[in-house]
Amino acid sequence: MAGRYQSDLRWSDVTPREVFMNRRSVLAGMSAAGLVGTRAEASNDLVPNTFEEITSYNNFYEFGWGKDDPKKYAGALTTDPWAITIDGLVDNPGTYDIADILKGKSIEERIYRFRCVEAWSMVIPWNGFELKDLLDQAGVQPSAKYVAFETLLRPAEMPGQRSGSIDWPYREGLRLDEAMHPLTLMATGIYGEPMPNQNGAPIRLVVPWKYGFKSIKSIVRVTLTDTQPVNTWNVLQPREYGFYSNVNPEVDHPRWSQAEERRVGGGLFARKVPTLMFNGYEEEVASMYAGMDLREFF
Amino acid sequence: MLFPMIATATQNVNGVLRSFPTWPVYLIGALPPVWWFYLGVTGGLGVEPIREFEHLLGELALQMLVVVLAITPLRQFTGIALIKFRRALGLLSFYYITCHLLVWLVLDVGDLAKVWADIVKRPYITVGMAAFVLLIPVAATSNNYAIRKLGAPKWRRLHQLSYLAAILGAVHFVMLAKTWHAEPLLYLAVVCGLLAVRALPKWKRMRA
Repeated sequence: MAGRYQSDLRWSDVTPREVFMNRRSVLAGMSAAGLVGTRAEASNDLVPNTFEEITSYNNFYEFGWGKDDPKKYAGALTTDPWAITIDGLVDNPGTYDIADILKGKSIEERIYRFRCVEAWSMVIPWNGFELKDLLDQAGVQPSAKYVAFETLLRPAEMPGQRSGSIDWPYREGLRLDEAMHPLTLMATGIYGEPMPNQNGAPIRLVVPWKYGFKSIKSIVRVTLTDTQPVNTWNVLQPREYGFYSNVNPEVDHPRWSQAEERRVGGGLFARKVPTLMFNGYEEEVASMYAGMDLREFF
Repeated sequence: MLFPMIATATQNVNGVLRSFPTWPVYLIGALPPVWWFYLGVTGGLGVEPIREFEHLLGELALQMLVVVLAITPLRQFTGIALIKFRRALGLLSFYYITCHLLVWLVLDVGDLAKVWADIVKRPYITVGMAAFVLLIPVAATSNNYAIRKLGAPKWRRLHQLSYLAAILGAVHFVMLAKTWHAEPLLYLAVVCGLLAVRALPKWKRMRA
């Protein structure tokens, strides 16, 4: 069911793609001339990034370590046919074709902030449906407490998977209440176009109040469990990446500050802007973590 | 030189090198940061130009340090003498490191209080900063006047600070990667290798 989450951002807020660059250069010119401040108000200044920006600066290590590697190499990924296995503590386990999964789902547009753990950010107009709709269909059993996700494992098409530094496939997980939250999206597109391969085609998770690596791409498995699932970065660097990984300007990454972020697309003279608690979704999600020490459960 | 042909070839190479002036090295070497700045302003460095500019400069600086450290072993093992260009290449690497630091200071962080906090708090930045500081006296004495003033032995000892700086530079690269990457580790291995071969001639002399 669409429309449960009411964003204060409407589709009409999205600047048409063609005029972005003009708008930016006008703003840049004004700031250079001292007409407007160079420091943006905060990261709640929600002008979506261009399609070009969103699709050319990606962390998708299955295709390489470079930010431009996914765009270069993800073209080789076969996304049709595509199936997702739904298993674990569900009433209707099975492997479902993506067409069957999408049947009856209303795809809606959600303009979300996207904050990478590396302290850069974008604003992305996603298309997708709420994960809750899929979980309801699968029939979550009362004993389930977590949802685990897995990315496709296909070294033949994913060159990064041929190297051994990560224990592929990429894995992520959410607590059940996080997974059922109306903000949590299964995204199938950007800007009304099918999900580009480098952004996690054909279907990926989007959890806007968490660091980007939680929003697992190219999902082939969803498993309901009663134990906390492993997540790849936590396994690699447990001191640096936690299970929760909620965006939090007060809890620094051991190697860098999380208090600020740089919006991709601002050019060579872009200033950093303050990072917002829960990436600006505090009102919607903070209650799920009431009483938790967010330094301990980072 | 065991083989006369190789010896002749080496002499020829050295002859060409001798006739080549050093000023074009300074001139050409000065260009990359300027060119990247131009690209950054005009959109040629991708959608995150600050990070790209910073990384390009850091990597070039490290590459140039490797080249400078390779000059002595290259002469020892092949007889090819690049020593004439060592000062220029060394100063260029210091210039790249300075640009790298300036991009971080001005474009990336842009706030002196935060810069200091980062230097104190973030080990990879502390290490990188230490490498830069070690190279200041080396760069400042990269001239004939300083050699005369200090005397060759003292001057040489002072310039061995660049060995430590190169190691710290490579460690800085290793530390900032998200996980163990091959590339930074390779730089570290090459730097360590180039320093290790400096111990070889003494050992070879002892055997002779």
